[in-house]
Amino acid sequence: MNEALTAETVMMKGQGGDDVEAYLAQPVGTGSFGSVVVIHHLPGYDSATKEITRKFAAHGYAALMPNLYYRDSPGASPDDAAAAARAKGGVPDEQVVGDIAGAAEYLRGLAGSNGKVGVIGYCSGGRQSFLAACSLQFDAAVDCYGGAVVHVPQGAPASMKPLIGRSENLSCPLLGLFGADDQFPTPAETAELSRTLDGFAKPHEFHTFTGAGHAFFSVDRASYRVEAAVEGWDKVWAFFGQHLAGKG
Amino acid sequence: MCTYSTEHVQATGSGKGASGWFRLSEVSVYLDHPAHALADHTLNIDFINPAQGPSARVAVELTADTARELARAIESALAAAPPGLV
Repeated sequence: MNEALTAETVMMKGQGGDDVEAYLAQPVGTGSFGSVVVIHHLPGYDSATKEITRKFAAHGYAALMPNLYYRDSPGASPDDAAAAARAKGGVPDEQVVGDIAGAAEYLRGLAGSNGKVGVIGYCSGGRQSFLAACSLQFDAAVDCYGGAVVHVPQGAPASMKPLIGRSENLSCPLLGLFGADDQFPTPAETAELSRTLDGFAKPHEFHTFTGAGHAFFSVDRASYRVEAAVEGWDKVWAFFGQHLAGKG
Repeated sequence: MCTYSTEHVQATGSGKGASGWFRLSEVSVYLDHPAHALADHTLNIDFINPAQGPSARVAVELTADTARELARAIESALAAAPPGLV
């Protein structure tokens, strides 16, 4: 792994054929590669998640992160765009799925793609990763502490529904990375999701890290937990290495 | 955790954002991850005017203790106003 990469902002087609801004990172000099759709967290299309996107390219994957808040806030700073989306009651699930489908199609069309595409998301993006994997065809999916999969919290927008009822439609193996101290999702909720997936014989592996809560991968936040993050990344590399490598 | 829960207030007043003063139309109040404050969760307030775009925003991220003190101070300042001003 030489960690050489290119990164740039591109335009892709999202839900309804809309133009959507996205951040693309690609490995250089690796031959064919698997790809990953990266779904940003609730605070938006920010520098920290762009860094994560580049990290995938450094590890040999093409990675594309669509800006889920682009339609209403083109050109806005990520925090302003996130606040605007929140004030509107959030982004509809159908729109998110359409944008992720567009991102996956973009990646499959890259010269050098091996045809295999995974999806990973953090925080709200963890929920959306599960949503996408139950709505679209993927080769692997990773849910990093996504809440509102099993239960939707009080006060959430009325349009937000639990996703556990879609488990039967999960299209690919699922890796779940959670914090033992997280309240959203709680370990009891992720255990319930695991049991449900077992019932449908859906391949999955869940890891719950002690001493970590929500957002333990976020290196620029107080929630960062280095031990959980380092071990969590190792789980991601092993999982995507198993499911996204080789020719499609 | 991401709370998703947001209190909305219709607002009349002004705020000073990155591009100067603007008329406020709404305030969003929520407890969630901060973008900048060094805490897991903060009480966040966005003073906004969506008609002027997402950048028409004055944002604060406060610890819970600070937020409660601020709420008390606002009520105290209003209660101490001379009769007829508010």
